[in-house]
Amino acid sequence: MTEMTVDRVIDARGMACPGPLMSLIGAIRQAQVGQVLEVWSTDAGSATDIPAWVAKARHELVEVADHADHTRFVVRKAR
Amino acid sequence: MPARIVVLGGGVGGTLAANLLARRLGRDARVTVVDPTGMHVYQPGFLYAALGKANGRWLARDERTLLRDDVELIVEAATRVEAEQGVVRLGHGGSLAWDYLVLATGARLLLDQVPGLVEGAHEFYSLEGALRLREALRSFGGGRVLVGVAGIPYKCPPAPVEFTLMLDQYLRKRGVRDKSELTLLSPLNRAFTIEPASKLVQPLMEARGIGLETFFNVESVDPAAGTVSSLEGDKAAYDLLVLVPPHAGQAVVEASGLGDAGGWVPTDRTTLQHLRHERVFALGDATDLPISKSGSTAHFEAPVIASRIASLVRGTAPKVNYGGRVMCFLETGDGKATALRFDYEHPPVPPAPSRVWHAAKWAFNRLYWETVPQGRIPDNPLPRRTR
Repeated sequence: MTEMTVDRVIDARGMACPGPLMSLIGAIRQAQVGQVLEVWSTDAGSATDIPAWVAKARHELVEVADHADHTRFVVRKAR
Repeated sequence: MPARIVVLGGGVGGTLAANLLARRLGRDARVTVVDPTGMHVYQPGFLYAALGKANGRWLARDERTLLRDDVELIVEAATRVEAEQGVVRLGHGGSLAWDYLVLATGARLLLDQVPGLVEGAHEFYSLEGALRLREALRSFGGGRVLVGVAGIPYKCPPAPVEFTLMLDQYLRKRGVRDKSELTLLSPLNRAFTIEPASKLVQPLMEARGIGLETFFNVESVDPAAGTVSSLEGDKAAYDLLVLVPPHAGQAVVEASGLGDAGGWVPTDRTTLQHLRHERVFALGDATDLPISKSGSTAHFEAPVIASRIASLVRGTAPKVNYGGRVMCFLETGDGKATALRFDYEHPPVPPAPSRVWHAAKWAFNRLYWETVPQGRIPDNPLPRRTR
């Protein structure tokens, strides 16, 4: 994988509400096209919810990586 | 010399933090609250006001009546914080020096950030918006009603679901429900972010004939065509549109270089300190934490900040951390509600909707003024059931 700059990290570990996906949507709304955002989630539902929204909203899911206590989702704002 | 502590904002978090600091530190501190209006508003009441169940009179009180006598109140806007110098500039030209600063500045609404929202949509996130919506609903004769979200983050994540369920009940009572189509436009792939709560709510919506559009994050409104568009590329037609408006942090945070791109304060999730300024703390809606923006969050954060600042003033190591605690009610209509209690370690396990939780919420709405701002609610009023 090529080196990539992450423009913003959202640490949503343990944050049930509004939750990792909602936080990601908010951050994408604020970001510039081309910027890369990273979300840390401990919510099992994120594994389906986040890719589903990223596909529906036509952004790019760059990486999903499992870590000891959370999953990291890297998303690029595509439009 | 007593420590100078300035609290910007006289909402739930600011008022409670100021009272707790004055109580703990006594003569060792001089606590000052700066608030631009001097009025304390009970924002959870807006939902009820919009549906004709509350009036403006019991939703606001003079902030002075909620503060201890030994807390100073300055009714003036704070225009700029100079964090390195420990100074706050005030709207009428004066300034205040501080040793510790608490940013309890809340959120502001940016209605004009979404094209067509002001002209085409209603909202219940301000008192005037709620009362305007109430009047529109009184004369609503039926049609397509859409409830949606036009910006994230927003205060009280369950509010659009609660409003939709309560509006269903309201329209039935008024005898216009059978002439109406009611649809919730959810930003997510379910009705509500907390999955177990969504599982309680979605069958209720189905049973009551309430539609659900998923992944619909409102991007613009076309008032002439009567349509609303999502950033996911969908469109829906309405006769009455109710939207949660976009939110941002306060101008003073932005003007002082203390916020992120949205004006939210970069805050440590456990110490509630500003990430760049150790003598600056933030709580409630003002922070950038991806946690519920709600009075409940501020209510549980204020004692942490009060304890930490008191330790610093007394020269001891701060011991109390914020554990992500939030407790809120979720109205499900027909006089029932459920409750959401959670923290960083414990996800919510909402009980089945019942009249008991609705009664608890209603009692809380009335008891708020005599309990929460003064710190009279015990720290753990409702022990969590462990999973």
